[in-house]
Amino acid sequence: MDYNVIIDNLPLYLNGLWVTIQLVVIALVSGFGLAVPLALMAVSKTSLLRFPAKTYIYFFRGTPLLVQIFLLYYGMGQFEAVRESVLWILFKEAYWCAITAFALNTAGYTAEILRGAIEQTPFGETEAAQACGMSKSTMYRRIILPGSFRRALPAYGNEVIFMLHGSALAGVITIVDLFGAAKIVNARYFVPFESFITAGFFYLCCTFCIVWFFKWVEKHWYAHLRPRIS
Amino acid sequence: MFDLHGYFPMILEGMTLTIEVALLSLLIAVILGLFGAIAKLSKSRIARSTATVYTTLIRGIPDLVLMTIIFYGGQIIVNNIGDSLGWDYIDISPFVAGTLTIGFIFGAYMTETFRGGIMAVSRGEIEAALAFGMPSWKVFLRITLPLMVRHALPGFGNNWMVLAKTTALVSVIGLHDMMYNAGVAGGATRQPFTFFLVVALMFLSITGLSDLGLRWANRRFSIGVRKV
Repeated sequence: MDYNVIIDNLPLYLNGLWVTIQLVVIALVSGFGLAVPLALMAVSKTSLLRFPAKTYIYFFRGTPLLVQIFLLYYGMGQFEAVRESVLWILFKEAYWCAITAFALNTAGYTAEILRGAIEQTPFGETEAAQACGMSKSTMYRRIILPGSFRRALPAYGNEVIFMLHGSALAGVITIVDLFGAAKIVNARYFVPFESFITAGFFYLCCTFCIVWFFKWVEKHWYAHLRPRIS
Repeated sequence: MFDLHGYFPMILEGMTLTIEVALLSLLIAVILGLFGAIAKLSKSRIARSTATVYTTLIRGIPDLVLMTIIFYGGQIIVNNIGDSLGWDYIDISPFVAGTLTIGFIFGAYMTETFRGGIMAVSRGEIEAALAFGMPSWKVFLRITLPLMVRHALPGFGNNWMVLAKTTALVSVIGLHDMMYNAGVAGGATRQPFTFFLVVALMFLSITGLSDLGLRWANRRFSIGVRKV
């Protein structure tokens, strides 16, 4: 074991860590924004709304993230129309391809989590909201969605961890994230153990931070919505 | 709809390999998961903490990173051991590395699933078996194991689906699976989108079929369970 190489290349790893954090945070935020309308569509009673959302969720949950990234990164160039459109600015960069793929992917998973949480809303709550004379949109905004976010929180925490782990795939399409940094160090010095274990260590720290963060959120922000133990 | 320029057999070949990797690693994962669950529920503190370290580490590190550690690092370890024992140079094939890694990773997830399943088996059943004078290994094989299947099945199904999708990663360490072949075909025909879409549909068919099978199994193992 030769850890001097790792210490010399620490800046590379820290840069990689920063890229990983960017990828994950941007993908999670935009993915969540996409997931809320998708989940609402998936619980809708109109099949015209429900069907596209269910198909989207089925596709993104049923195929590997690597396939989705390759479809965007290698696949998009196949179409003349895409190459000549404004979208090409986005899809010719590995960075934005990865973010788009991650966001679309996490949107599928998050929508499914939210759908489950919305469907588990106790009937009494919606009944009470209707009795108060709330319109449907008010009821969703004030009653159903806040409660569903609380119920979805543990599963969403897992999804965030999966997204962090999935983000390592960015290293495969030439992005220098944590995994990409490890790949570079390994290629330069041929120290597979040290280089990848260091990356693994950083990922492990991130995972622990996420777990800790979600526990904290559950305890502080959502204390008033904690499920009652009967 | 898809013009595959005669590359379809190659994709199918890749799919066979993907399914082989998936099933073999599932077998490893189930065995590791059972041992892990027994260790986590055992009275020995060493067994418990070993299992906890295993599940925490594995679930905290991305599968791709673990795979490269085992693929590149395992090579070095095996040959270091080999050197001191006077063996010839041993080449770890990507197939072995991929299958072992995926099995090893999902063993950790299976451990948690099986642990939950075993804990859900009612205490009375086990007490009855012990009262019959069964030794504890017999209690486990004849009573706990068959009864926990029903409780572990939904989690097992989820793990299997995630595992099947994770096999796509073996293409990264150079195994000629469905992904890899689609990349080759897509490069040769300049139609990468078409080929990766075909792979996506293949994966959808695998997960779709598994879903049907798991539903059947769920019904089969829940015979005699009164529904609320």
